[in-house]
Amino acid sequence: MPFEWVLALRFLREGRMQTLLIMAGTTVGVAVIIFITALVSGLQVSLATRTLSTQAHVSVRAPDDHAEPALERGKTVVAAHLEPREQRLRSIDQWERVYRELPEVPHVVELSPLTTGSGFAFRGNASKSIALMGVIPERYDRIVKLADRLVAGAYRIGPGEALIGTELAKDLGAGVGDRIRILSSENRDDVFRVTGVFDLGVKDLNRRWVVMPLRSAQSLLDLAGGVTNIDLTVDDIFAAEEVAQRIQARTGLAAESWMAINAQLLTAFKNQNMTTRTVRAFLVLIVALGIASVLVVSVVQKQREIGILRAMGASPRRIMRVFLIQGGIVGGTGAVLGSGLAALMVYAASMALLQEDGSPLIEGGIEWSYYLVASATAVITGLLAAVAPARRAARMDPVEAIRYG
Amino acid sequence: MAESPILRLEDVRKSYNLGTPIQAEVLHGIDLTLATGEFAALIGPSGSGKSTLLHIIGLLERPTSGRILIAGEEISALDEAGMTVLRGRTLGFVFQFHHLLPEFTALENVMMPTLIDIGRYTRGMRERARWLLGKVGLGDAVDKRPTALSGGMQQRVAIARALAMNPPLVLADEPTGNLDSHTADEIFALMREFNREEGTAFLIVTHDPRLAVRCDRRVELMDGQIRLERSA
Repeated sequence: MPFEWVLALRFLREGRMQTLLIMAGTTVGVAVIIFITALVSGLQVSLATRTLSTQAHVSVRAPDDHAEPALERGKTVVAAHLEPREQRLRSIDQWERVYRELPEVPHVVELSPLTTGSGFAFRGNASKSIALMGVIPERYDRIVKLADRLVAGAYRIGPGEALIGTELAKDLGAGVGDRIRILSSENRDDVFRVTGVFDLGVKDLNRRWVVMPLRSAQSLLDLAGGVTNIDLTVDDIFAAEEVAQRIQARTGLAAESWMAINAQLLTAFKNQNMTTRTVRAFLVLIVALGIASVLVVSVVQKQREIGILRAMGASPRRIMRVFLIQGGIVGGTGAVLGSGLAALMVYAASMALLQEDGSPLIEGGIEWSYYLVASATAVITGLLAAVAPARRAARMDPVEAIRYG
Repeated sequence: MAESPILRLEDVRKSYNLGTPIQAEVLHGIDLTLATGEFAALIGPSGSGKSTLLHIIGLLERPTSGRILIAGEEISALDEAGMTVLRGRTLGFVFQFHHLLPEFTALENVMMPTLIDIGRYTRGMRERARWLLGKVGLGDAVDKRPTALSGGMQQRVAIARALAMNPPLVLADEPTGNLDSHTADEIFALMREFNREEGTAFLIVTHDPRLAVRCDRRVELMDGQIRLERSA
């Protein structure tokens, strides 16, 4: 073992209480950094996943109609009143071409064409305002897992068949096998047999959604062969907004990500992230100060020994390395022990924190990137914290150190 | 003198606070030659510049002017790193306060100069350290920490350490300063023994006239100048 390591290890070993305490401090620091990172991002993913279980990551639709000034006025300012145009129900222009192109956009995973509009559902004397959801069942199931949300019946949407939510079922007094009449906003109507009842966990959706075959919705809404939306999923949910922007730029269509729709949630996430970043920064600072203070004390205590080591032929550079290594060892030990502690804490949290359905709120597994980043941070922090004490040790005048021993 | 001297000083001067109003010259032109294997005492009252001279010879401080040759090597030509290496290889130190490393055993302390020079432990340095500790009468205490040893024993370890690299010159600054007279005699005898058997030159700063007269040569420093030189 090289001279510098022999000394660094021995100094640490003989520092007993000091070494133990600062290593414990570093360990706790590393563990807490990893734990809060895993906890917060776990909670966010869990919350986002729950939000996304009932909606697409990105939804593409025809661009809004907007009023165009009749005159090209150039730079002339003309007093005018532009009335916003009313929005009509319409299909995405050449949707099949767009549909073929979208998978080329990075991150896009699954696609599902959709024709949606509003209408009423009738059964007996009951009538309820509803949202028509015309889908291709096997495609739509990849966006929103309706099949998993069924409380009655089966995920089967053949011609003349429809799925309804629990609330609508209650309002209409309809169950599996019953028939309901749907009247669209375009004043066309048709009769559907209920094949399944779903519970999406959101009352409003359970009250309004009537999921039917794409063709039925197209004919009810007078959009033969057209679709109003293309819903899609992406491989990284937090890249959804970026994907939406890219689609918008590429196709000229309107694309809305779940992040734009749930802006409040995103703001909350951002604030959470800023909070955890702040906490992390302060933890790093505290650990650094702790290591530095222990080493500064050690340098002062070892003044005489440093002097004699210099006299025996140890260069200032090597004395400096002895203390840098100590900082690195403290950081490294904290990284290893802290990672172990963090893994236990994350596992414990995954067992303790459960969602309403009994599934864990956060994953108990090990997200390596958190551990690697925190460990690297600990080692670098240890080294940097040791710089000032190490320089002080290296600058120590051996004559002074020996004379006033 | 057939052999080249181990130490040669020519007109060595040392001033502190150079260029300031409180500038003070501590050494006023020292000429001194120490032959290989010589056993010399450096004596003089407090404030005569003994320690400063010893530090300059020990390459811990640079002189303001003058030439210094150690083992034939001109010091002014060396940079900091070169001085560090030369110091480690040709000079051994014994101080009034032993300055042993309390974290290390007696054996490890004795190996320290060689560890610094080679960079890692070797079997050879371990054997030499054991042999040296045996020579100073601490063959049974190799694994003891300095704190478990008496003052005299600590100073024996320090002498063994000073000889670890088998340096041609050992500088001792009041090596018996804080020991009782009986122990001081023993330590002195030990240095004398190494001087005879290994041919190691010693330059010993001491206040103790009893010990000084038993050296081959006495150099007396007074007010930064060599006042008197006497050979036994």
